[in-house]
Amino acid sequence: MHVPDGFLDATTSTGTAVVAAAGVALALRGARRELDERTAPMAGLTAAFVFAVQMMNFPVAFGTSGHLMGGALTAILVGPWTAVLCLTVVLMVQALVFADGGLTALGTNVTLIGLVAIAVGYGVFRALRAVLPATRTGLLTSAGVGAFLSVPAAALVFVLLFGLGGVADVALGSVGIAMVGVHLLIGLGEAVITVAVLGAVLRVRPDLVRGARHLRRASALAPRPSLAGATAVDVR
Amino acid sequence: MTRTRTFVLIGVLVALVIAGVGSWYASSAPDGLEATAEEQGFASTARDSAAADSPLADYAVAAIGDDRLSGGLAGVIGVLLVLALAGGLTLLVRRRPTEDATAPPADARQH
Repeated sequence: MHVPDGFLDATTSTGTAVVAAAGVALALRGARRELDERTAPMAGLTAAFVFAVQMMNFPVAFGTSGHLMGGALTAILVGPWTAVLCLTVVLMVQALVFADGGLTALGTNVTLIGLVAIAVGYGVFRALRAVLPATRTGLLTSAGVGAFLSVPAAALVFVLLFGLGGVADVALGSVGIAMVGVHLLIGLGEAVITVAVLGAVLRVRPDLVRGARHLRRASALAPRPSLAGATAVDVR
Repeated sequence: MTRTRTFVLIGVLVALVIAGVGSWYASSAPDGLEATAEEQGFASTARDSAAADSPLADYAVAAIGDDRLSGGLAGVIGVLLVLALAGGLTLLVRRRPTEDATAPPADARQH
């Protein structure tokens, strides 16, 4: 869901640009607390990985495709503030270098995919993680539901923006139903990819999943080497 | 346990393979927003981005005729570019090791 130039009027695009800039400014402060020597390379890797997977459009019904947004996945891997920075970099490279998503729409895309999808995806993940058992299954379930809901949430905010400043004169209700409907399907793909990637990382290096720190605390009785032995799938 | 450096290296290789090879097999059907815009009749309000003349526009290297090679190379360039920019940015933003190792948590927030 990369919004092209032209869909939204200048006022709305300016508004989303201001929102996006404020969000990125907050993220620059917040990410400082999330990043250290070890997690910084993970952030670069996660951004590059999300860029790659966003190229993999998967088919959904009605001759339509979708691709990963990556908000929930990135936030769970590296922390929500760092995720805002990661996705902003991805969206900027896509818009500036690959002409994917408009330039005047960059603020809109950062708002939708960088802020809304992360806030909803990570928010739902945290809420569910608090009530579900502190196990691998509980964590992946929380992640999957968060990822799933993040996509129609971003679509819904697009519809609201379209209502505010859509250039075309079309019925907002039917745009809303179509957008949210198809993005519910795409959200299923988002959930599948998010759970698959998180599951794989948890298997190899659970300590690199920021959102799984409570799992390590649950098994904190085990000394480090045996924790490593229990979880290592050596992929040298 | 896989070392962090090895893990990151393998991860980057996976991303390069997805973008460089896998993307060829991606669906070319319109995405959710494009399809909605077509169906609801506002697709025509989209305008070409000012970056539409970029040598890598639409995930293709303009100078390469072969579609598969062109798209794959564009994906590889994109992955490396995002890795460098996001990795560089987060390295700039991160806590300094000195602060981490020596300062107690209360001191780490002095500015």
